[in-house]
Amino acid sequence: MADEKSVETTGLLGWIDRRFPLTSTYKAHLSEYYAPKNFNFWYFFGSLALLVLVLQIVTGIFLVMHYKPDAQYAFQSVEYIMREVPGGWFIRYMHSTGASMFFVVVYLHMTRALIYGSYRKPRELVWIFGVGIFLCLMAEAFFGYLLPWGQMSFWGAQVIVNLFSAIPFIGPELSIWIRGDYVVSDATLNRFFAFHVIAIPLVLLGLVAAHVIALHEVGSNNPDGVDIKAKKDKHGRPLDGIPFHPFYTVHDILGVTGFFIIFMAIIFFAPEMGGYFLEFNNFLPADPLKTPLHIAPVWYFTPFYSMLRATTDDFTWVLAGASVLAAIVMFFKTKGLAKLIVPVVLIVVAVLLRTIDAKFWGVVAMGGSVVLLFFLPWLDYSPVKSIRYRPDWHKVLYGIFFVNFIVLGYLGTQAPTDIFNLMSQIGTLIYLAFFLLMPVWSRLGTFKPVPDRVTFHAH
Amino acid sequence: MSQDSIVHDDDGAVPPTLPSDPSRRFWIGTTCAVGGVAGAALAVPFVSTFAPSEKARAAGAPVEIDISTIPPGEMRTVEWRGKPVWVLHRTKEQLGTLKQNDPFLADPNSTRPGFTPPYARNEWRSRKPDMFVAVGICSHLGCAPTPKFQTGPQPSLPDNWDGGFLCPCHGSTFDMAGRVYKNKPAPDNLEVPPYQYLSDTRIIIGVDEDNKA
Repeated sequence: MADEKSVETTGLLGWIDRRFPLTSTYKAHLSEYYAPKNFNFWYFFGSLALLVLVLQIVTGIFLVMHYKPDAQYAFQSVEYIMREVPGGWFIRYMHSTGASMFFVVVYLHMTRALIYGSYRKPRELVWIFGVGIFLCLMAEAFFGYLLPWGQMSFWGAQVIVNLFSAIPFIGPELSIWIRGDYVVSDATLNRFFAFHVIAIPLVLLGLVAAHVIALHEVGSNNPDGVDIKAKKDKHGRPLDGIPFHPFYTVHDILGVTGFFIIFMAIIFFAPEMGGYFLEFNNFLPADPLKTPLHIAPVWYFTPFYSMLRATTDDFTWVLAGASVLAAIVMFFKTKGLAKLIVPVVLIVVAVLLRTIDAKFWGVVAMGGSVVLLFFLPWLDYSPVKSIRYRPDWHKVLYGIFFVNFIVLGYLGTQAPTDIFNLMSQIGTLIYLAFFLLMPVWSRLGTFKPVPDRVTFHAH
Repeated sequence: MSQDSIVHDDDGAVPPTLPSDPSRRFWIGTTCAVGGVAGAALAVPFVSTFAPSEKARAAGAPVEIDISTIPPGEMRTVEWRGKPVWVLHRTKEQLGTLKQNDPFLADPNSTRPGFTPPYARNEWRSRKPDMFVAVGICSHLGCAPTPKFQTGPQPSLPDNWDGGFLCPCHGSTFDMAGRVYKNKPAPDNLEVPPYQYLSDTRIIIGVDEDNKA
């Protein structure tokens, strides 16, 4: 029999450590994980996202105890939770508000990554796992929204599943296959329930673990975008690093407190948030024969939904023109094999833009605008990571991008009009141009010198 | 010598840097390929459970409707395969406006595949001119368009409106034959379902020459 491993700890902890890497894991991820000391409030949102994930899982488990995934009973069972289960309304409002707050926190977390260049080398995988988490969250939110079986649940699912029917050739069959029926029905509700409570959460947890492990492998970025591992003390610890525990665990308690003040205020005073968190039409049971006058997704999907609606037949002319223009530029600017392949691909795309339905390209624009995020680490050529040391006009571009994203989000909640359509078309172009032209604009301008050490002022 | 050589000498343990036995490469590859095929085949039953069940298919049975009770200018909605199917009795005036809409329509002659059966590929998109049968689901994203038979200027519609349908979700408009106007989110005319006349006063939805019940 093999001898026990020799460890520093003694007693019960020693017994465990000889069999399981408890102390070493605790050290690697908490007490001896050195994070830059200049974190600001933007760095609350990672831990807050983890907190909301736990809240969603716990409240979700309790909701499943009373909910019935059956088209006959689903709507009633949600009302039953709200009115008859003791404390049920609180659990349900925590879950529904938690869904929206999850996106608030994650959007802010992504904004942080964007402005401080947290996706840049060597953190590409941290970012990719993160975008994967974002996609999972969108799927999770979409599947979950069908479960109350209200009018908006039903028609929202109808619209989104029909997106797949826009795919050439296999589309109509594919959307029947996804629904398991010719319309959204009991079969659809059951499978969405399965995805919502088990399939997606499992993937989500795996991705969250990968996200944190990848982060702790390469270390956290910081508002200055300076590599703190470049300067170490004689013990090999980064000079500008402090252990995550106790320093950032305590720091995060402040963030958690602030978060809960807002979170509870919403639950107690405005759980529907004026129709943005829980849409009013969803208090009517699903009726397959009666479409609500205005179908809009929940706010967190609306920026992408705007891009879907913006893609009309006219707009594909604009996109095709942009592709041809890009093909010409690429032909003159690139060398070697890329000189031929890239322009040819772009011309083919331009032709397809005019031959396949605009409806299909709307779906591509919506999906592509999320998928584009995966490539961000390879689109940014700026010599500095953090926005602090970029040229001032870069800050203006980022400002335009964020405002544009919010405007697109607003437009997505509104009924379509000509002027709103035009605005969302311009917004879509701004969104796409921001990312697709990033290889060009991100290297232009006069960058400020990046300091050797992080800027930090003791409190 | 390779990693696979049998070594009894304790001092001579095989260094891990040696290449693996090339004679095994083929069998490793074969095992992976066969195992992969088996794994992929295992996905088939799982994937197939997503298709509509026998119960759902049975619920897609044809629907019969008595059209003698629908006065001109009125519309009745029946449910077929869970979808609303409109049966609209058009007036002479409404039929008269159809031809003049042609220049403003995306597909005036209903030539695009999949939405119009051959017997409805005519000016009024129906077997008999007055009785219009269509699935009341927008070809854009599956919302239910609302009837707007009142002509003339009104909110969300052009001032020279001749009557038709408006999809409230994304603003697509259709004329009295369910034909979509140009430059709207909806790419196609409203779908005409398979249907046929059982007698002068009864039609059946879900059955025609190509679609048996």
